[in-house]
Amino acid sequence: MTSSSTVHDVIVIGSGPAGYTAAIYAARAQLKPLVFEGIQFGGALMTTTEVENYSGFREGITGPELMDEMREQALRFGADLRMEDVDAVSLGGPVKSVTVGDETYQARSIILAMGAAARHLGVPGEEALIGMGVSTCATCDGFFFRDQDIAVVGGGDSAMEEATFLTRFGRTVTVIHRRDWLRASKIMQERAFANPKIKFRWNSEVTEILGEEKITGLRLRDTVTGEESTLEVGGLFVAIGHDPRSGLVAGVLDTDGEGYLLTDSPSTHTAIAGVFAAGDLVDRTYRQAITAAGSGCSAAIDAERWLAEHPVGAELVASGG
Amino acid sequence: MGANTVDVTDTSFEADVLKSSKTVVVDFWASWCGPCKMVAPVLDEIAGENKERLTVAKLDVDANPSIAVSYEIRSIPTLIVFQDGQPVKHIIGAKGKAELLSDLSDYLG
Repeated sequence: MTSSSTVHDVIVIGSGPAGYTAAIYAARAQLKPLVFEGIQFGGALMTTTEVENYSGFREGITGPELMDEMREQALRFGADLRMEDVDAVSLGGPVKSVTVGDETYQARSIILAMGAAARHLGVPGEEALIGMGVSTCATCDGFFFRDQDIAVVGGGDSAMEEATFLTRFGRTVTVIHRRDWLRASKIMQERAFANPKIKFRWNSEVTEILGEEKITGLRLRDTVTGEESTLEVGGLFVAIGHDPRSGLVAGVLDTDGEGYLLTDSPSTHTAIAGVFAAGDLVDRTYRQAITAAGSGCSAAIDAERWLAEHPVGAELVASGG
Repeated sequence: MGANTVDVTDTSFEADVLKSSKTVVVDFWASWCGPCKMVAPVLDEIAGENKERLTVAKLDVDANPSIAVSYEIRSIPTLIVFQDGQPVKHIIGAKGKAELLSDLSDYLG
């Protein structure tokens, strides 16, 4: 175990719109943020096709391109970006620490922006067939299902966006949804309804994914009648939402029943002084790229003010770098 | 592309991968794949640190669809390890360096 004696002003954990925006603001405020982006840097937008509702891009922009822009912008102002996953954090006291593999990093403040992870169906066959027809990334994998029958599970904006995107490749796209109405925004719904390649299986849930080596079909159950049926498909895209990645601070910071971190809203302060949280990790209501970016900005400003109000103690001046 | 990897195509695949005397790790990727961008720098590092033991080859599936079809790629990033012209291991999805090194440990010895 190695440990640097440097005490940073702020460490940001996460690299979606919240993490990078916090990094941009903190870097411009001369706080020299150290940012642990994680192995899967860029967050949820890295697997998103077109982002049409992020203001400033009138023609839309792809998720990976938007994240690349944010990342470069953070680098431009001197953020220290590390493509590493954080293993543990210690948040109490005036000096917090972050453990990454064998190294420990110290900081006076921490911004938590770990985002949310795509939810899996958790049905038989899913795990074994990931990469063999089961996908959570339509942008990445849609290309491989040309002229095939594809299914998308979910009823939100992501599901509609994926279904619409997948009609570029598939012969048909069937949206499987457990209710008979959609959570998706009106514009996304209408676009999907108007697409002749998209069909809907209402009140249906997937109970099993069929196939060995590659997916051949799905076993479905009607959520109203309980009736079972099978649907032949060559590909399955799962878009049933996300769960906040709050595991790193489980038991240390309070969450709501679904795992979203609690903050002193509208600020980004958590219950621990000097620890702030932003983005999908805390947002159970909006969960948009732009709201995540906005709260990342708030977290950086909150951290900057908190640091100014809590000057470095004598013990840090002695040991700090 | 990375400084330590080689680009292969549908036409160069046989010579550069199947007939290679070294172990070749083929990275199936595309420009529109976000997670592929995440693994690219990690793979480049692994390639640089293990030059004697293996070659990391990058195959753009968009420009070179036939190899992707013949190896039944359905998700990218996918890495396939080739030895003596045979695929010996599949690694699917974006992973970090430590996990990739452990997946590739049999071929780095």
